Amino acid sequence: MIMSKIETHKVDLYYGEFHALKGVTISIQPNTVTAFIGPSGCGKSTYLRLFNRMNDLIDNVKITGSVLVDGKDIYDKRADVDDLRKNVGMVFQKPNPFPKSIFENVAYGLRVNGINDSAYVESKVEQSLKQAALWEEVKDKLKKSAFELSGGQQQRLCIARALAIEPSVILMDEPASALDPISTAKIEELIYELKKNYTIVIVTHNMQQAGRVSDKTGFFYLGELIEYDDTKIIFTNPKNPRTENYITGRFG
Amino acid sequence: MKVSPDIARIKRLKQSIAFAVFRLTSYLIVAVLFVILAFIIVRGASAISWEFLTAMPAEGMTQGGIYPAIIGTLLLVLGSMLFAFPIGVLSGIYINEYTKDGVLKRFIKLMTNNLAGIPSIVFGLFGMSLFVNTLDFGDSILAGSLTLGLLALPVVIRTTEESLKAVDNNFRHGSYALGATKLQTIRRVVLPISLPNILTGLILSIGRVSGETAPILFTVAVYSISHLPHSIYDQVMALPYHLYVITTSGTNIEESRPMAYGTALVLIVIVLLVNLLANAFRRYFGNKVKMN
Repeated sequence: MIMSKIETHKVDLYYGEFHALKGVTISIQPNTVTAFIGPSGCGKSTYLRLFNRMNDLIDNVKITGSVLVDGKDIYDKRADVDDLRKNVGMVFQKPNPFPKSIFENVAYGLRVNGINDSAYVESKVEQSLKQAALWEEVKDKLKKSAFELSGGQQQRLCIARALAIEPSVILMDEPASALDPISTAKIEELIYELKKNYTIVIVTHNMQQAGRVSDKTGFFYLGELIEYDDTKIIFTNPKNPRTENYITGRFG
Repeated sequence: MKVSPDIARIKRLKQSIAFAVFRLTSYLIVAVLFVILAFIIVRGASAISWEFLTAMPAEGMTQGGIYPAIIGTLLLVLGSMLFAFPIGVLSGIYINEYTKDGVLKRFIKLMTNNLAGIPSIVFGLFGMSLFVNTLDFGDSILAGSLTLGLLALPVVIRTTEESLKAVDNNFRHGSYALGATKLQTIRRVVLPISLPNILTGLILSIGRVSGETAPILFTVAVYSISHLPHSIYDQVMALPYHLYVITTSGTNIEESRPMAYGTALVLIVIVLLVNLLANAFRRYFGNKVKMN
């Protein structure tokens, strides 16, 4: 059996008194796309943010249980959070390029990790932009501000930025929810391409999107992982009635 | 439900009255500002000449110029900012970026606000006691600059803090998610974004410092001095203090009146220039950073 890329075991998470995640156990295989769906406030984004320890940034969070990436407990006291985030990249809901040039946005991750060799940085920036299917659109204006790009281009820039530091996992938190349908389609194509080399975990409100891009789907409700299975099964033949109700739009 | 035409008319009438009052008050403020400016310009313009700006005072302040006071004020502003900028910006960063919400943060903020509320004469007294006497700097540019710096400090801290707070957390998270440390994130992402606002605040505090009289009264200012300062341990003349003495206790108050208005005009122009500079700065950097 292949080792799981990401594994959590009975994870509970509290924001102060609020019990946001309840005993979530999961195993995600490498080079797959996993989608988490569920109504707002169900904990799916919180759960995604466990994998690169973004929840650390919030005061008053308490986490129990274990989260393993590549078999290593990332919440171990000796674990280095900056190293983890280099390996587990993230794309946010709202495109958030830095107020820098297009080139410097992609180079940022390299620079903060001490890589400044200009030949290497240049080739890495080009390669990442190509991987993110943005190169052709920006190759003549790399020095221009990233804010001159459209929302969809900005989001692909953020993907390129994440790819540049060679992560093995990419987390996407509703990456297309702020984009128009054409940009959304481009992001989805990209996810399909990236699957060959990366393990992708995506949170989405859009069930059609989950159906299109993912191999596995997990349904969250009130902090619990209600059902986790092949996407095909979740959408055609869910075992849990609550999943079925949500999929068919009877609540949510 | 059907709204009667009467009620609709009364609503509209109330609204027009309210906005008329708002409009009146804001025009009034502008008018007051113009009257002050016009008054100073009319009375002071006749005193302004090249000699007035570049010559030493003469004949018991009834002749000559205010050159040493201009230089003195510029030196004091420079000195106080050298002290207040770095300390203020660094503590602002600490308060906003490093301390968690809690008792410590609330305490620091409370103290900073209290510091801002202390009357400037008290700063003067404190400066005299600490810098002039205890640390034995004497009445000097050094003591005056430090005292003015203390006065500017809370303003600088608050501006820095507010500018940093205005930076969308999305930028910070984007940086952390790429494996950047907190320090890298602050230096490479947060500070460049907030720089225009921080600088504007800093320049505005210059405007405040250059007009203060009370803090320099006991720490540096001298009524009249025949030479420019040679070191930071020298005393200097300064515009606000100069204005104060020639208006209240000169040898010939009546004769030096035009000089007083001229001094006021120079002081106002300096402050105005500084504020315009702040605006230009913000526009320039604002365009460079381009937030959307």
